[in-house]
Amino acid sequence: MSIDAPVKVTPPARKITTKPRVSDQIFRAIVTAFSFSALLILSLIAIFLLIKGFTTFKEQGFGFITNFEWSVTQDEAGKEVTHFGLLAMLVGTVVISFVALAIAVPLSVLTALFLTFYAPERIKRILVTIVDLMAAFPSILYGLWGFFVLMPMAEYWAKLIHKWLGWIYIFDVPDPVYTRSPFIAGIVLSVMIIPIITSVSREVFSQTPLDRIQAAYALGATKWGMIRAVVLPFGAGGVVGGSMLGLGRAFGETVAVFSVLNIVFRTNFQILFTQGGNVASMIIQKWGEAGPSEVSALMAAGLVLFILTLMVNFLANYVVTKTVKSGR
Amino acid sequence: MNESVQLTQNGTHMSDQPKNTTPSSLSDVAAKRAETKIAGTQPLGTGLEARGVHAWFDKHHALEDVSLDFSAGTVTALIGPSGCGKSTFIRTLNRMHEFIPHTSMAGQVLLDGKDIYEPGIDVTKIRLQIGMVFQKPNPFPSMTIGENVLSGLKLAQLKVDNQEDLLEECLTRAGLWTEVKDRLGAHAGGLSGGQQQRLCIARALAVKPKVLLMDEPCSALDPGSTLRIEETISQLSKSMTIVIVTHNMQQAARVSDYTAFFLSDGGPGQMIEVGPTNEIFSRPRDERTENYVTGRFG
Repeated sequence: MSIDAPVKVTPPARKITTKPRVSDQIFRAIVTAFSFSALLILSLIAIFLLIKGFTTFKEQGFGFITNFEWSVTQDEAGKEVTHFGLLAMLVGTVVISFVALAIAVPLSVLTALFLTFYAPERIKRILVTIVDLMAAFPSILYGLWGFFVLMPMAEYWAKLIHKWLGWIYIFDVPDPVYTRSPFIAGIVLSVMIIPIITSVSREVFSQTPLDRIQAAYALGATKWGMIRAVVLPFGAGGVVGGSMLGLGRAFGETVAVFSVLNIVFRTNFQILFTQGGNVASMIIQKWGEAGPSEVSALMAAGLVLFILTLMVNFLANYVVTKTVKSGR
Repeated sequence: MNESVQLTQNGTHMSDQPKNTTPSSLSDVAAKRAETKIAGTQPLGTGLEARGVHAWFDKHHALEDVSLDFSAGTVTALIGPSGCGKSTFIRTLNRMHEFIPHTSMAGQVLLDGKDIYEPGIDVTKIRLQIGMVFQKPNPFPSMTIGENVLSGLKLAQLKVDNQEDLLEECLTRAGLWTEVKDRLGAHAGGLSGGQQQRLCIARALAVKPKVLLMDEPCSALDPGSTLRIEETISQLSKSMTIVIVTHNMQQAARVSDYTAFFLSDGGPGQMIEVGPTNEIFSRPRDERTENYVTGRFG
């Protein structure tokens, strides 16, 4: 009689299922439907732009985003000849937006730090209301303010910057004309995106874990030392996220930029010079007198702007998840 | 239940009983520690002294008239049921209490004879001399293990000639060196809870404080890690003054020279009794202390 070695039986993994109650299923359907409606509307807009702009994409091909000539002329036979190239406008959009970010991010982060860690309760409440109000202000008013109030002052600043930093390419100018420049448009935009960056930063800063703040203080940290060691690493992701929201707004801003920028179809990185581009402003500028073929081109431009904004947002998301996880 | 009965018996008759080889009761543990403790360790200044300390949260009077001496080079345990004000008290000792909005305090806390609440005093310098370890391990997750240990120096803008030596010294004293010496560049979040707490102790030691406050340092840890930290405390007590809040009376008996018992009878917390640890656990003067240390309530 032999004794069999005990056979070890590993059962197959069970499939775990749950059946939610009807009420839960209904609620689930509602939230799903509503969240997908946003996606649906966005896709419909993109499809609309694609259909309308299709002829332009077909005629101009890849040149639509690599050329910078924009003209509708007629040849001898009276046939319409079109050149639609968006490059200058795309470059301009990015240049202005980064000028705006360069000004708005430091200002917003410092404001958010003040509001979270320094401001007395009463001043804090007043300031938060004012900053939030800045976001609700109509953009045409920013444009008018930019044109009538800011421009004369900013022209002077631009001259100063050019005088001292003119040896850097982006601060140089081909001619001494400083009005209606990407620099001025960037300042106007920065004022418009400060509220969103400030409020997102304030939100993340205020969520800094108390035990880490206390740890820093218990080690003899000053307030500034504590902020540098604990709050900024923790809040970095949120600041980047808020900046991206601001950047999205800066990309799409139309009227305010239109009122203070000299739109020229030529790529220009010299931010103090009176020459710039901005896709959205260009669309509103050309809209009124555009013929059918040009309308198609403007729609196509809108789609390109839409895709550019999406790409920047995805990139930002990627950067945030890659770099700031360790601070949490 | 059983254990508490045994504790009472042992506690009350301890003086006429021969000593057990394996200490089983709190008083035995405390007595054993008192024997091994080298009397009169090196002079470390005059220590820390609380005089008539009161504390309030808004209008709530949380702590009433506590006066306690922590002489240099001793370990003092603060025990008592939850809500008796012992954590509040320890937080007044390095001015952490004031970080909670709408709090206030009265009385004096003297470090080497100087009031740490004196107007115009640089509070960051006070906290450099009176370090703190918290209940929940709180290393800085954005920093590496090495950076965490040295973070206090950076925060206080102190210069040290040989950082490597200091790093090793602090981690060794905190009982963590052998476990992390090969991964000082790794992020602190990857350590276990007990290791993180010892890292926090190492971090507190790096700025060379005279006093170390520990607010229930082991309450979130497993028994093994707790033991390691208790060993660390014993090591440290040779060179600094330690105040430890604990819910674990065994721990108080094992690590402390003096024990203070706090209690709140519904009103503000008060210090009921303080004395050498073996006396508190063997023949407390106050009935409430006896009830608490023998496990009749709390």
